[in-house]
Amino acid sequence: MTSENQAFRLAGRGVVDRSKTFSFTFDGIPYEGFAGDTLASALLANGVHLVGRSFKYHRPRGILTSGSEDPSALVELRTGARREPNTKATVTELYDGLEATSQNRFPSLRFDFLAVNSLLSPVFSAGFYYKTFMWPASFWEKLYEPMIRRAAGLGRAAMEEDPDSYDKANAFCDVLVVGSGAAGLMAAISAARSGARVILADESFAFGGRLLAENRTIDGINSAAWVKAAIGELSSLSNVRLLPRTTIFGAYDGGTYGAVERVADHLVKPAPGQPRQRLWRIVAKRTIVAQGATERPIVFGNNDRPGVMLASAARSYINRYGVAPGRTAVVFSSNDDGAATINDLANAGISVAALVDARPALPDAITARAEALGARIFAGGVVSDAIGGSRVKGACIIDASGATHTLSCDLIIVSGGFNPNMQMTTHLGGRPQWRDDLAAFVPGAMPKGMTAAGAANGSFSLASCLAEGARAGSAAAADVGFDAKPIAIPASDEESNGISAFWHVDRAKHKAFVDLQNDVTAADVALAQREGFSAVEHLKRYTTLGMATDQGRTSSVNGLAILAQLTGKTIPATGITTARPPYSPVSLGALAGEHRGKHFKPTRLTPSHNWAKEQGAVFVEAGLWLRALYFPKPFETDAQTTVIREVNGVRNGVGVCDVSTLGKVEVHGPDAGKFLDRLYINMMSTLAVGRARYGAMLREDGIMMDDGTAARFAEDRYFVTTTTVNAIKVVQHMELCKQWHWPDLDVQIVPSTDQWAQYAVAGPRARDLIARIVDKPFDVSNAAFPYMAVAELTALGGIKARLYRLSFSGELAYEIAVPARHGELLMRTLMEKGQDLGVIPYGTEALGVMRIEKGHVGGPELNGTTTAADVGLGKMASKKKDYIGRVLAERPGLTNPDRPRLAGFRPVDRAARLRSGAHFVGRNTEPVAANALGHMTSVAYSPSLGHWVGLGFLSGAETRMGEIIRAYDPVRGEDTLVEVVSPTFYDSEGARLRV
Amino acid sequence: MRISCPHCGERALDEFSYLGDASVTRPDPAAADAADAFYTYAYERRNIAGPTQELWYHQAGCHAWLVVTRDTRTHEISDVKAAQDVALERVNSTTGAA
Amino acid sequence: MPSDRYSIFSVLTEALRGQTGWKPAWRKATPKPNYDVVIVGGGGHGLAAAYYLAKRYGLSNVAVIEKGWIGSGNVGRNTTIVRSNYMLPGNIPFYETSMKLWEGLEQDLNYNAMVSQRGVLNLYHSDGQRDAYVRRGNAMRMHGVDAELLDRDAVQRMYPWLNYDNARFPIKGGLLQRRGGTVRHDAVAWGYARGADQHGVDIIENTEVTGFRITNGRIEGVETSRGFVGARKVGLACAGNSSRVASMAGLNLPLESHVLQAFVTEGIKPFIDGVVTFGAGHFYISQSDKGGLVFGGDLDGYNSYAQRGNLPVVEDVIEGGMALMPRIGRVRLLRSWGGIMDMSMDGSPIIDHTPISGLYLNGGWCYGGFKATPAAGLCFAHLIARNEPHAVARAYRLDRFRTGHMVDEKGMGNQPNLH
Repeated sequence: MTSENQAFRLAGRGVVDRSKTFSFTFDGIPYEGFAGDTLASALLANGVHLVGRSFKYHRPRGILTSGSEDPSALVELRTGARREPNTKATVTELYDGLEATSQNRFPSLRFDFLAVNSLLSPVFSAGFYYKTFMWPASFWEKLYEPMIRRAAGLGRAAMEEDPDSYDKANAFCDVLVVGSGAAGLMAAISAARSGARVILADESFAFGGRLLAENRTIDGINSAAWVKAAIGELSSLSNVRLLPRTTIFGAYDGGTYGAVERVADHLVKPAPGQPRQRLWRIVAKRTIVAQGATERPIVFGNNDRPGVMLASAARSYINRYGVAPGRTAVVFSSNDDGAATINDLANAGISVAALVDARPALPDAITARAEALGARIFAGGVVSDAIGGSRVKGACIIDASGATHTLSCDLIIVSGGFNPNMQMTTHLGGRPQWRDDLAAFVPGAMPKGMTAAGAANGSFSLASCLAEGARAGSAAAADVGFDAKPIAIPASDEESNGISAFWHVDRAKHKAFVDLQNDVTAADVALAQREGFSAVEHLKRYTTLGMATDQGRTSSVNGLAILAQLTGKTIPATGITTARPPYSPVSLGALAGEHRGKHFKPTRLTPSHNWAKEQGAVFVEAGLWLRALYFPKPFETDAQTTVIREVNGVRNGVGVCDVSTLGKVEVHGPDAGKFLDRLYINMMSTLAVGRARYGAMLREDGIMMDDGTAARFAEDRYFVTTTTVNAIKVVQHMELCKQWHWPDLDVQIVPSTDQWAQYAVAGPRARDLIARIVDKPFDVSNAAFPYMAVAELTALGGIKARLYRLSFSGELAYEIAVPARHGELLMRTLMEKGQDLGVIPYGTEALGVMRIEKGHVGGPELNGTTTAADVGLGKMASKKKDYIGRVLAERPGLTNPDRPRLAGFRPVDRAARLRSGAHFVGRNTEPVAANALGHMTSVAYSPSLGHWVGLGFLSGAETRMGEIIRAYDPVRGEDTLVEVVSPTFYDSEGARLRV
Repeated sequence: MRISCPHCGERALDEFSYLGDASVTRPDPAAADAADAFYTYAYERRNIAGPTQELWYHQAGCHAWLVVTRDTRTHEISDVKAAQDVALERVNSTTGAA
Repeated sequence: MPSDRYSIFSVLTEALRGQTGWKPAWRKATPKPNYDVVIVGGGGHGLAAAYYLAKRYGLSNVAVIEKGWIGSGNVGRNTTIVRSNYMLPGNIPFYETSMKLWEGLEQDLNYNAMVSQRGVLNLYHSDGQRDAYVRRGNAMRMHGVDAELLDRDAVQRMYPWLNYDNARFPIKGGLLQRRGGTVRHDAVAWGYARGADQHGVDIIENTEVTGFRITNGRIEGVETSRGFVGARKVGLACAGNSSRVASMAGLNLPLESHVLQAFVTEGIKPFIDGVVTFGAGHFYISQSDKGGLVFGGDLDGYNSYAQRGNLPVVEDVIEGGMALMPRIGRVRLLRSWGGIMDMSMDGSPIIDHTPISGLYLNGGWCYGGFKATPAAGLCFAHLIARNEPHAVARAYRLDRFRTGHMVDEKGMGNQPNLH
């Protein structure tokens, strides 16, 4: 069955494993191929050339190349959640059970409805969109654009979450070799033999590059066999890491390279625990770009028909895969390498109908060989047009005299010369250089540590690839300190590399494509030039030439050569578009790695998180932290009920709240007080040992940065807290002040947020509970340990602890801290010992309600645009000293008395609800921007007062006390009358704190 | 980009965070022209295309502030010093002169 | 017959004659000795300013001088989003003016820049974020701008395939501006260039400004790679290169140049209708009319003139993408690039006089310059022609940092890389 199935498989050729037959389907039809095939080679083995439809005209498209540069042979691979749109058949490793589907066609590949676009092509020229779809104006969104969007895109993304996992890894090496053809292998061997750490990466699943695709002899053996020996040596060396199936996709600063390894793309699905792909970040001291060269097509009529194939690709299919890409070929070239393909065709039993070469004279050897094969020779001739629709049926040839000949064939082999794959050499800003002798751009000045070798460097002959690779490898190793000796260069058979630049057959009768995927024709290039889009980037953007999934690897240089002909400039004077990473497209999954779903960012948990979870706490994200929001009881049906219970529990008894997420910083040293004076707007050096003080700090621009408390445990030892969100920022700021602004201050900063578990114990019965926690004989009485006192002590029977008499809730309250590992024990003990006191845990929601009742500012008020005076802390600012932000805080814009200032708000209708984000306007004014007075920042239902309360910023707050204004909230459809009041709603004298 | 931290060795870019120009220093808040000087210090930038001295912070490392000499056209780093050493030199030279 | 005006007639006529009758969209002008106004920088803003100077303010003796090819800066390398969903009174009227100009742009220019109002949705993931969006949405509504608050269910109806069930920071809702959307970025530069050219403006490409001639504090013209060009007034619209150019006039600006990367995937069948921004990571996305997913995220964070970034931010942005849209894992990144952003010290732009008489500055656009293009052009033209700020651009004073009148939407203060 296999032999009938694979009717185009050649006996005895290629490096595929004929002992392993794989079944696969394309558009539902079953086929067979071998291990070592690509999807493209397996399709060709079965005589399938038509694989897709083009983007704009929906023209039938085949297999042009055998590599990652293919613009045409794109399919949807796999199905369901694993569907991969726009997958290049030319690099897809065949596996048993592979399913592929053609894309961008309806209803089928053979009969595509939108092929009608081709008939409309006189209208659909380049830049067509910009000139039309404007009448009438309202039709764009309603009609034209939906129509365009329906036709847009090629393949379809999966509908479901990607079920596979991705991995990231780092690697370091002395020499990174990109590409494993003749130059890459020699470079890797010569560097590796010196002992340098070498990474050799190749995008294919088989090492060897063109050596597998050509029928060449090295050191007396077939090139594929030579590759096997070379890889054998490299894999035996412990200082070498071989990365097959790995594309180095980008060069970044400092010798960093991005690479993606397709770990399991050759399997139906990854094995359990195996990632689909792995992102490598490779740091290389030296890099050798040996990525070979890409053959370029010649632009002629109908040059997009299935059956038109690059010469190098035809040789790949014959020599590497053992597949005949056709039965009868016409070869159309402009260079020796392309013309010599007649040898490979003949060896494969493919009849050569004609050799057409744009050059007026051909090397004798080629002419002789062509004659021997019975091929007609058209020196100085061109193929003007391919004949055929979904498959080439013949070629229209114009000979040197201008006479036309029509020959039958099913394959047109094309070679317009080679473009070195030097994209990586330009990622960091390098500009390519034009070489007339090669009619190609080659790498120009390269980034530090990078060299190019072999065809990537414009050295196309096998002998020069081998020699240049060896030289580059030992030079790179020597450069980084290894004793690299020159290695023997293997002998290779001879070849000729003559080329005459030839780009475009201007006598074509049919559409001649420059960019096959985006359907950009030579006529489009001419139109762009006519309309003034003659800068290469304008040409690209106006016509979309080179913007397809191949990034213009087969089209860019042809496009600018045609442009250069039109403008009369040289190609280098015309310029070149910039290659950007990635070298070839990289799946987003690989770039994201494991950072998705719940693992998008790390989750920080407090020491007593498990305890809170056991209690059924509902958690909320606070930065990276998870904090208990509230602790619902089974009978409580809504959050509000729970929060009211928690607030009442604290205000009437005692509650415990986990405040471990607060930023905590030790500030030590003889100058600690002086240092903090310069950081905070208020004095900290005058703070007595054993006392704490609330403090605020500004940014240098005079805006509030953060607030918190500073406690002084010794003359030279402070402990300060920050808000949860600013913990990291404040430490960074302190370090800047210490290291950069005032390096002469003798002070040390030790961030210790994670070192301490800290709990607020609040409520009228807090003292009773704390007394049961701290070790005797510590006296917690109001006289011995008054409001704002702090102490270092032991608790729970000898555990180091810190006790602070601080209150955020407005009640008699303490904060007690123990080393993090004791946090859960402390929480459990507080609950246990407070049982008879009615102790409850409370979450951040109740904490927030109580802080709003007390008028304390929080995150919504410290929004990065408010001054100390705005938030009611103006009086705290010391006039006796300098501190960060003092000078710029005095700018008129920041001291303007009309600035919105903190105020309290309560609904006139006490049953009404308040909302954050509402804007204030006068009671009898239009709710428009010109009348805006400020906005509501924080609201809460106050169980203590029995109605909603709010904080916000209001222009002229001081003079509006008692005024009734509107809290206008159009996005929620609300408009509420509120009374302006003091921001302190609860115990404004602070009597409850000091008992 | 990779930065050689004087304390930790060469590390990847994502360990560091950036602040800005290290060629300016906090003015004397007691000077008569403090308002102007602070405005210039806080807001005006030379924003050079070429080698510049910049403050970087080894956030995911030793918490050292660094003065990094880097070319803004090529991202090439030619020098890294601990900011505290640079600052001490500055302070000592000022006090020495006084 | 020259095809000056695009119409159904001209399009069909040209189709019949092989598209051979189109004229260049703009002339390749050579510099004259003197102009009333020289605009330095042939990007979106410079071309728009020239267009409005000629069309609305009657100044047609105007030149735009561009170092490379027009549209080679940020107008050609952005993520194409337009919106006016700002929060502060200094910003909303300006961006809404821009939005209204976008809405009439095709008819005004007779050029289809594909202004596509398919909506901009900003997601929120916490109560605090919701309240900040409510504040913003209300401010927009009070300025007459459309804004809608969506809850989680409404977001899910619009985009059912976002990650709702397994998210580190679950989606709680979003703020939607339906009139927001995208515009074909390059076409904006070309459309304004063509329009300006038709009104007599000289667009001079491949010409570098190398200095300014200033006498007694007054501008007299610019030195260029093609010689001196006299001008009564000179406007700078140089985006990321503002500081370099202004330094030739001895000015230090409140700007830093930073790199912002942007990304596009291979073309796939459209499934993202509007613009979506992730509120818990650095990621925003839309899908172009060609099918590519166009997305971006945060600045790389360091000063740069290199037009390229580094791998950590590539990963950071795409991690955000996968966290929000887990179905895009097998879609491939096609191309990434970097633009130089003229980051200002409060995240808002500057359209103002400079201390040099006759020299005007349009800069500090951070990464928001594209959506501002029409209004920036209009307001800059107004300033240059009338010598006073346009009513909607009064907050964009150069001296606002000195006086403390910052326009700081994000509240990040004088650290440009945080805006």
